[in-house]
Amino acid sequence: MEYITPFIPALAEAFLLVMVCAILLIDAFLPDEKRWVTYALTMATLFGCFLITGFTDWRGEIYTFSGMFVADPLANMLKLWIYLTVAIVLVYSQAYIRARDMFRGEFFVLALFSTLGMMVMVSANHMLTLYLGLELMSLSLYAMIALQRDSATATEAAMKYFVLGALSSGMLLYGMSMLYGATGTLELTRMAEVIASNDADSTILMFALVFVVAGLGFKLSAVPFHMWVPDVYQGAPTAVTLFIGSAPKLAGFAFLLRLLVIGLGAEYLVAQWQWMLIIMAVLSLAIGNITAIAQSNLKRMLAYSTISHSGFLLLGVLAGGNGGYASAMFYVIVYVLMTLGTFGMILLMSRAGFEADKLDDFKGLNARSPWYAFLMLLLMFSMAGLPPAVGFYAKLSVLWAVVDAGFVWLAVLAVLFSLIGAFYYLRIVKLMYFDEPVDRSPITPTVSMRWVMGANGLSMLVLGILPGGLMALCEYSIVLSLR
Amino acid sequence: MAELNFQTFIFYAFSAVLVGAAVGVITSRNPVHSALLLVLAFFTCAGLWIQLQAEFLAIALVLVYVGAVMVLFLFVVMMLDINLEKLRKDFWSYLPVGGVVAVLLVLEMGWILWSHYSADGILREEPAPKPADYSNTKELGRLIYTVYVYPFEIAAVILLVAIVAAIALTLRQRKESKYIDPARQVKVRRADRVRIVSMASEKKQD
Repeated sequence: MEYITPFIPALAEAFLLVMVCAILLIDAFLPDEKRWVTYALTMATLFGCFLITGFTDWRGEIYTFSGMFVADPLANMLKLWIYLTVAIVLVYSQAYIRARDMFRGEFFVLALFSTLGMMVMVSANHMLTLYLGLELMSLSLYAMIALQRDSATATEAAMKYFVLGALSSGMLLYGMSMLYGATGTLELTRMAEVIASNDADSTILMFALVFVVAGLGFKLSAVPFHMWVPDVYQGAPTAVTLFIGSAPKLAGFAFLLRLLVIGLGAEYLVAQWQWMLIIMAVLSLAIGNITAIAQSNLKRMLAYSTISHSGFLLLGVLAGGNGGYASAMFYVIVYVLMTLGTFGMILLMSRAGFEADKLDDFKGLNARSPWYAFLMLLLMFSMAGLPPAVGFYAKLSVLWAVVDAGFVWLAVLAVLFSLIGAFYYLRIVKLMYFDEPVDRSPITPTVSMRWVMGANGLSMLVLGILPGGLMALCEYSIVLSLR
Repeated sequence: MAELNFQTFIFYAFSAVLVGAAVGVITSRNPVHSALLLVLAFFTCAGLWIQLQAEFLAIALVLVYVGAVMVLFLFVVMMLDINLEKLRKDFWSYLPVGGVVAVLLVLEMGWILWSHYSADGILREEPAPKPADYSNTKELGRLIYTVYVYPFEIAAVILLVAIVAAIALTLRQRKESKYIDPARQVKVRRADRVRIVSMASEKKQD
C-alpha cells in the first residue's frame, strides 16, 4: 500500500479514468438519437474533476506514487483551467460536430483521454510520467483529427501530426535517456539535486539539453520546429483545431516548467537553455507574425499567430524568476481564452456543408450581427495586444519580466514584431466593420454556445480592466510550487 | 581492450551480425528480405541482451517483436503492392544530405562518449554479476506493480486509447454489406421463404 499513498491528490485523475471507462461502456449501448447522454456525462465528469481538484489541499507540494506524481498549486491551478477549457471546447464544438457526422461517443471519450494525459503531464515529477502523459494526450489528438474519415485534408493533417509528433517524441526520449545516463535518476527533483551536487557530467547534460529543448520546441510549435502547425490547424476539423490549439498549451507550459526549471534549473544549465529559448523565441515572433500576413485562410493565419504567441510564452519562461514564470503562466491562460473565442467564432459561423474559415467570410459581420462582431473585435484586440483587452496586459507583464532580466533588446524586438502582428488582427476588424457582407445567411448558435461565447468575449474586456486577480493567482501558484 | 575470452567473442560475433542485418534492412531491394533481415537483427539483439543478463527483455523482444509485430509486418508487406522503383527514385538525391547528417551525428556522439566515459571510467566498472537463481522477470514484475504502478496504469490507458482509436477509425457500416442478423436468421419460418403456389397441371410439350 505504501506505493500508492497518499492517494487523495490523484483522486481527480482516478475519477476521470473511471468515468471515461463508464462512458465508453454506456455509449456503446446508446442509440444515435440519445447521443446527448454521452455529452452530458462528459460535461458532468469535467465538472466533477473541477470540484475534486478545487477542494484538494492547495497549500504545498504533495508527492505520491513513489515521487512520480506531485500535487502543487501550479498543477492544481493548471488543471482547473484545463477542465474549463475542455468544457468550453465541447460546448463550442457541439453544433459543428453534429452537422458533420462526428457527434459520436469516440469524440468525447478521446477528448477525455486527452484531458487525462494533460493532467498527468501537469502533475508529473518524473520523466516517465511526463512522457507517458504527453503520449496519452497526443495519441488521442491524432485520432480526433482523423475522426473525420472521409476528409482527405483531415487525414493528411493527422498523418503529418502523427509522423512529426513521433519524431519529436523520439528526440525528447533521446534527450531524457541522456539525462538518465548523466544523473542516474528520472525523478525531476532528484535530478536537480544530483546536478546541484556536481555529480553529473556537464557535457552530457548539455548534449541532452539540446535534444530535450528541440523536442519541447516541436510540442510548443516554436520556430524552427513549427512546420507541422499550419497544415495541422488548417486540415483538422475546426472543432478539433480548437481543441489542439487550446488546452494542450497549458499542459505544454507545465511540461516546460517541470523539465527545464525544476529538473534542469541549475545555474550553468539555465545559461545554456536560456540562449536556446531566446533564439527560438525571436525566430517564432519573426516568422509567425510576418508569415501570418500573407494568409487568406483564417485557420492558417491563426496557426502562424500561435507560433508567434509561443514566442511570447518562451520569452516569459526564459526571463526566469518567479515574475517571469508567473507572467508566462498568465500569458498562456489568456492565450488559451483568446484561442477559444476566435476558433469559437469560426465554429459559430460555420454550418452544415460550410466552413467559415476564410477571411472573406468575416466581411461585414457587423451588418449581420453587431454583437458577435463586437466580441470578435475584443478577441482581435486582445490577440494584437491593444488596450483595454487583456492581451495588452499579458504582453506587458511578459515584457516587464524580460526587461527585468536584462534583455532590453529582446523586449524591443518583441514589441516590433507585435506591431507587425497587429496588422493582420486589425485587418479582420476592418473586414467586419467596413466591408460589405458576402454571405448574408443568419447566424444561429445554440443557447449554451451563445452564453459561453458572450462570456468568453467579455472576459477579454473584464480581465483587461481587472487583471490583478488572475495575476495574483498565477504568482501564488508559481511562488508556492517553484522554490 | 578486454582480453578475448569466449564472452567477448560472442559479443563481437552477435554485434557483427546485428550491424550487418541492420544495414541489410535498409539496403535490400526486396521488402520481404528487409523484414526478414529485421527479424534477424532482433534475434541477435536479443542474444546481446541475454549476455547483459536482461533475459526478460530478450524474451519479450523475441516473443513480441519477432513473434507478433514482424509477422504482421510481413503480412502487410506481402499484401501491399509497393512500387519500389518510385520509392527508390530519389534515393541518390537524398543520400548526400542524409549521409552528412548521419556522419555528423555519429562523430559527435562518438566524441562525447569517447572523451567522457572512457576517461572517467564510468563504463569500465562492471556491475557485480547476479547469482544464477536471480530472476530478472520477477524483479521487473515486482517493480512494475509497486514503484512504477502509476506509469504502468497510464501505459495501460494509452493502450485503451489505441483500441478506441483503431475501432473508431476503421469500423464503419458499409451500405453494400452482406451482413445477416443471426437472431433474425434463426427466427425465420418456412412461410417467410417459400411460397406455395397451386397451379393447374400442364401437359408436357414436345
